[in-house]
Amino acid sequence: MSKRTLILAFESSCDETSVAVIENGSKILSNVVATQINSHKRFGGVVPEVASRHHIEQITGCIDDALRIAKAQYSDLSAVAVTYGPGLVGALLVGVAAAKAVAFAHNLPLIPVNHMAGHIYAARFVAPIEFPALALLVSGGHTEIVYLPTENEFQIIGETRDDAAGEAYDKVGRVLGMTYPSGKQIDDLAHTGQDTFNFPRAMEKENNFDFSFSGLKSAFINTVHHADQIKETLSKADLAASFQQSVVDVLANKTIRALKQFKVKQLILAGGVAANNGLRERLDIELKAFPEVKLLKAPLNLCGDNAAMIGAAGYVALKNGIHADLDLNADPSLEFEWYPGMEK
Amino acid sequence: MKLLAIDTSNQPLSVAVAEDNKLLAEVTTCVTKNHSVTLMPTIKEVLKAAQLEIKDIDRVVVAQGPGSYTGLRIGVTTAKTLAFTIQKELVGVSSLAILANAYPQTDALLVPLFDARRENVFAAVYKWQKDELQVILEEQHLSIQELCQKLAKRRERIIFIGIDSNKFSKIFQVELTMKKYSIAPEQFAYPSGFVLTQLGRQMKPVQISDFVPRYLRLTQAETQWLQNNPEGKKYDESYVKKI
Ligand SMILES: [Zn+2]
Repeated sequence: MSKRTLILAFESSCDETSVAVIENGSKILSNVVATQINSHKRFGGVVPEVASRHHIEQITGCIDDALRIAKAQYSDLSAVAVTYGPGLVGALLVGVAAAKAVAFAHNLPLIPVNHMAGHIYAARFVAPIEFPALALLVSGGHTEIVYLPTENEFQIIGETRDDAAGEAYDKVGRVLGMTYPSGKQIDDLAHTGQDTFNFPRAMEKENNFDFSFSGLKSAFINTVHHADQIKETLSKADLAASFQQSVVDVLANKTIRALKQFKVKQLILAGGVAANNGLRERLDIELKAFPEVKLLKAPLNLCGDNAAMIGAAGYVALKNGIHADLDLNADPSLEFEWYPGMEK
Repeated sequence: MKLLAIDTSNQPLSVAVAEDNKLLAEVTTCVTKNHSVTLMPTIKEVLKAAQLEIKDIDRVVVAQGPGSYTGLRIGVTTAKTLAFTIQKELVGVSSLAILANAYPQTDALLVPLFDARRENVFAAVYKWQKDELQVILEEQHLSIQELCQKLAKRRERIIFIGIDSNKFSKIFQVELTMKKYSIAPEQFAYPSGFVLTQLGRQMKPVQISDFVPRYLRLTQAETQWLQNNPEGKKYDESYVKKI
């Protein structure tokens, strides 16, 4: 018997169609990502119905490429893993339908994967995850701190009360006249400016692990509009630097608070905004105060949505006996459970 | 040839397996709208009833639209992925043609239609001529009034088909006062997977990777964008890129 466990993984929760083949949960044999960014740029953000339509165009081509690049046959596969939530329901349905069809046709176990578990497991491609661990998950749709007591258990200890950090980046980018998505542009610009505006740091003093970014967003927009009205030109670099400093301060502050309360072996940084250099640099510095905690950052090329991370999380779920039947449905508002006693 | 047919383009769900012109098994349900939950288990059940494995199927036939976007997504994705993964043929059939083809031969015009909301419909007009169903009006997205106006100009009697037809009976009464029309009885109002296999049997297989639903309508965002960007393309290869 071969020792290889190959998982064919699907991800289609937002605007990336992705199919990957992952060996033993830790080695990427292929990770095909078809991104729709150029399409949604036309509309200044992701249009769900357009996203779903693109997924259908791409799905079998991605499966084909993923198997070909991995040099894998269906008979080599051990299971099929798929993101079933959270995300855009129409987009999720395409991946779920395709994964079920492949699993059924080849008699393979079907593993349902929470997209956020996928983001966390992107870090698995750097090093094995050691438990207990904490994960700071920051993306366009989510901002949360998750406690991982043991393998395949995920418990939220704090999350954003309003906008996700990535969402705030995109809105601020629009005000600065940047094209969608603007996270990378703001990050680059921020490195050339200074924090001169001193935007608010929401909920900094509150004794919890929750975030809020809507106040920051409003303060930013008001500052720019006010300057427009009095025909004053503000430094875009300083605006970007000030905005980013506030976001990074809030994220770092709550993460440190969590590290003080939860004795963990690792801190995992994951999600689309985990590619932000300002945030990565800041956590490197802050973690010096916690020598017993290893910082595990998702690789830059796996911070965005991709099926490799779903394959890694799916491998762990498979090991723990998780599988779904052919009636698996998409769950657009799927969430981890909360840490006992810490419900929102 | 062994055929598997799937129709989830509207509220009813129909799955059938046929061998050439013989029906082996069929399930048609109208109880739930959640095709994502029911489709794959139904396919498994129908194959089992037909005493076949999925790999025995030579051709997958799917109702390609028009219809509900969610329903089409599930049916088309499932059909194209199944055909692709077992390396067999794929054929798409008009969801409206399935209803028209199940209706017995008549001199009347057959008008299958689906509600597309806000007094709009997806509809087509067919007529039996020499044992064959001819397309009189191509399937399209139009207002119910516009459809009635087109029909009012015809001499033939009209038969509307489909469960949504009754919703428009008041409008028919107003718009088609001078015309002889009727709504087909319930027994013809639901799609039949077996009819779908027989239509799909006669068609040429498609290129699986390019296969998408026939929505017959752009999304609102795309329509608006095209209005503001007359130079823009409805579809461009650069919109989606593999990285
Ligand atoms: Zn994501």
